[in-house]
Amino acid sequence: MNKVLEVKNLRMNFGGLSAIDTFNLDVSDGEIVAVIGPNGAGKTTLFNCITGLYTASSGDILISPPDKKTKSIIGFKPNIITESGLARTFQNIRLFSNMTVLENVMIGRHCRLNSGIIGAIFRPKTTVNEEEQVVQDSYDILEKIGLEKYVNEFAKNLPYGAQRRLEIARALATDPFLLLLDEPAAGMNMQETKELDDLILKIRDEEKISILLIEHDMSLVMSLSDRIIVMDYGKNIAQGNPAEIKRNTDVIKAYLGETFA
Amino acid sequence: MKLFTISEIKKSFFIALWFMFLTFPIMVIRVNTVENEIKWRWENMLFIGLGSFFLSIIWRYTIEKKEAGEKKSETGKSAEISFFQQVVETPRFYVPATIVTGIFALVFPFIFSIYQTNIMITTLIYVMIALGLNIVVGLAGLLDLGYVAFYAVGAYSYALLNHHYGIGFWTALPIGAATAFTFGILLGFPVLRLRGDYLAIVTLGFGEIIRLVLENWNEFSFGPSGIDKISRPGLFGIELSLHGNIIYTYYLMIGLTLFTIFVVNRLKDSRIGRAWIALREDETACQAMGIDNTKTKLTAFALGATWAGIGGVVFAAKTTFINPASFTIWESIIILCIVVLGGMGSILGVILGAFILILLPEYLRAFSEFRMLIFGAALVIMMVFRPGGVISEVRKTYKFKK
Amino acid sequence: MDWEYFLELFLGGITRGSIYALIALGYTMVYGIIELINFAHGEIYMIGAFTALIIATVLTMAGFNQVAIVVIASGAAVLYSCAYGFTIEKLAYKPLRNAPRLSALISAIGMSLFLQNYVLLAQTSDFLPFPSLIPDFEFWEPYAHIISSQELVIIITTAIVMILLTFLIKFSKIGKAMRATAQDMNMAMLLGVDVNLVISATFIIGSATAAIGGVLIASHMGQINFYIGFIVGIKAFVAAVLGGIGSIPGAVLGGLVLGWTESFFAGYVSSDYEDVFAFIFLVFILVFRPSGILGRSVSRKV
Repeated sequence: MNKVLEVKNLRMNFGGLSAIDTFNLDVSDGEIVAVIGPNGAGKTTLFNCITGLYTASSGDILISPPDKKTKSIIGFKPNIITESGLARTFQNIRLFSNMTVLENVMIGRHCRLNSGIIGAIFRPKTTVNEEEQVVQDSYDILEKIGLEKYVNEFAKNLPYGAQRRLEIARALATDPFLLLLDEPAAGMNMQETKELDDLILKIRDEEKISILLIEHDMSLVMSLSDRIIVMDYGKNIAQGNPAEIKRNTDVIKAYLGETFA
Repeated sequence: MKLFTISEIKKSFFIALWFMFLTFPIMVIRVNTVENEIKWRWENMLFIGLGSFFLSIIWRYTIEKKEAGEKKSETGKSAEISFFQQVVETPRFYVPATIVTGIFALVFPFIFSIYQTNIMITTLIYVMIALGLNIVVGLAGLLDLGYVAFYAVGAYSYALLNHHYGIGFWTALPIGAATAFTFGILLGFPVLRLRGDYLAIVTLGFGEIIRLVLENWNEFSFGPSGIDKISRPGLFGIELSLHGNIIYTYYLMIGLTLFTIFVVNRLKDSRIGRAWIALREDETACQAMGIDNTKTKLTAFALGATWAGIGGVVFAAKTTFINPASFTIWESIIILCIVVLGGMGSILGVILGAFILILLPEYLRAFSEFRMLIFGAALVIMMVFRPGGVISEVRKTYKFKK
Repeated sequence: MDWEYFLELFLGGITRGSIYALIALGYTMVYGIIELINFAHGEIYMIGAFTALIIATVLTMAGFNQVAIVVIASGAAVLYSCAYGFTIEKLAYKPLRNAPRLSALISAIGMSLFLQNYVLLAQTSDFLPFPSLIPDFEFWEPYAHIISSQELVIIITTAIVMILLTFLIKFSKIGKAMRATAQDMNMAMLLGVDVNLVISATFIIGSATAAIGGVLIASHMGQINFYIGFIVGIKAFVAAVLGGIGSIPGAVLGGLVLGWTESFFAGYVSSDYEDVFAFIFLVFILVFRPSGILGRSVSRKV
């Protein structure tokens, strides 16, 4: 199958500390891949490298957008990477809190629109049409995610679970082919996690978006993922389907320490 | 909270003592080192004591109320909306209010004296440039402490062009705007990747550099003595009396202000305006959502500079004399005060802020020497108790068919 | 090349640099802990100088001897600067600890404006002659044409203050608490460090060194007014950034580098553009090496 993302021999050093050490990972088209590992294993750093917030010390990251050639995104700015079709959410929710829910999603559409200052001031037909279109598109996304009742609320006034979903909606608005979710279920209760599970599957199946996620909630990871990659001390220590990972002694060691293995 | 329990009074009493101690050398003693005289002003100590006693009670009460309010809004209920805000948002109030203000603005020069009209022109210049700064600080969240530099660029562009080549106001207006815009891009390019507070200091540095250069480079800018006999705005070559010209300048400013309001209002809810606000809210998330931070910052910075440039040209034409003393850092801070006190991001707030901050000291002469003292205190109090300003920003809402 | 002139400029640079360093310490320490550019810090030093002037005049007229005047006036300057530093933090910064950084910075600008005008209104807008608190030492007479005894005192005092401060930060309990808080405020709080106390202590120590700098510079310049805090404050901030904000040896190094560049620029190029040069220097540093000479670059936290 076609690989949409390939991380090759990635290293990330902070001073003398190596947060990621010759790490390899790939995501195939339409796959849901989970990265798990103890706290501090380097999972979020990996996301930051892929999305361009950090520049990796060495190694390569390749993307293959649908109908386009494979290219390396090392050294690209985050906004360019998002434009090429990678979108992410943040572990510690980072919404634009003093903007409305709809506007948050509209920001996601920003890189797919063209109007500039002149357009904003004189409002020619093209700009008016573009604005109408983006409002409608954003509303459709909110409806899909189930947040339409909050449309005009400020993002900061949303309940916690809804804020997490809004992060996903905002990322979807950038039209990605690969969605990176950083602990989407953190702080959610069982009911909300269940709904999130359905939502992620729906995004994959209906929107045809591949998904790479970091998650600590094992029930979610096991039920959702096609493949699981286990990370510890910046290294890839195991990978396989959920059943294989459950049996893997290295994984149990990494999580629970030597004596349990 | 009970205001007058024993412990509260005791607390306030100690705070009063503390402030009496704190202000003792500066407030009570006044030395004249030339004549070796000392004046003891014990009455000041009494005022400080009484003042800080009561103010400390109010201060603690207000802080407590604010914290309670924050807790409330965290649990989901929206924060209280001020009375003022409600008035502003109700069409029944604001429609007639706009009409009355409009008529008042139109007839103003005919019912008030030339002196008053002049003050109003100054106020309108401040409204315009504060709206420009509002793009930079209020919308894009870039703290620019050297804004006055662009105001100076506009003013000197016109003054020098007029002095050397006799170029008129209307030709100079776009030139001044373009020069300020260019300066905005040139200065903005290297500094806009800096973090917020560093940016503030660098812009402050730029503002001072431009002022100091104007002050010292006599061959170019005529140094501290400045440039005089700058032409007033012309009206298709018609000769106007001084009186007529001031009225003309007044209407010109009304026009420019309306134009500014129109433009800023359109920008605010446009694609680029949303990007500015997202940038202000969270720079990292903004970039991760596909927005080019540098470009977005640069447009905000340069647009703000353009308005300062236009304001500068009008200022030079209105006063017919400029020198570097009009462009100190404190000018930047007054404009910043207007934006912050009025309400960052809110157009109406900024207009209101300009009127309060420019007109009040103008009409309350007795209090004008306390102007800067009060501005300073107001900035602190505003940040502590109502960081949103008098009128907070309102975001556009959209309706959908169900 | 005229070596004596060079030496004079060099030593003049150290004198200036010492004073910048004393004031820069306050910026650097506060920034290290709460990441705030304490805009009102220059005003603290101005208030220190005013307090010293007022107390010294009162004592002179009461007929105290020179040594007593120097000791009491300097003591009062330090005491009052500390008191102001402490109060400003409680009023203008503490309520904003969890607010956006821009809010705290605006509050600091407001405080600076307020204090300047407070001194302006309560005292005077004129320049006041400042008594020379530092006497000319006779034994120094032979070398006085290169460096005056005043300048000597400034340099020595700065050195002593720096050494004491380094010991305080390295070895005392509060010093350790300060370093812990600067590393990670939340973690320090969890481990039982009284963060409020640490922040207050930081403001007090920074204010004390600023007051010492204020008294020294005032008696060196011979006159003061309400506005002296602003420009020196900005330059001290440049020094702090130059050395690497948050780093104490950095503040010293930055002060010296700035003092030298200014001194040489004024001596060899032009004294008209001295301040312009200082600002251009600031812009260049912030743009090309925002972490300063001794500072480490910080990657943004995501």
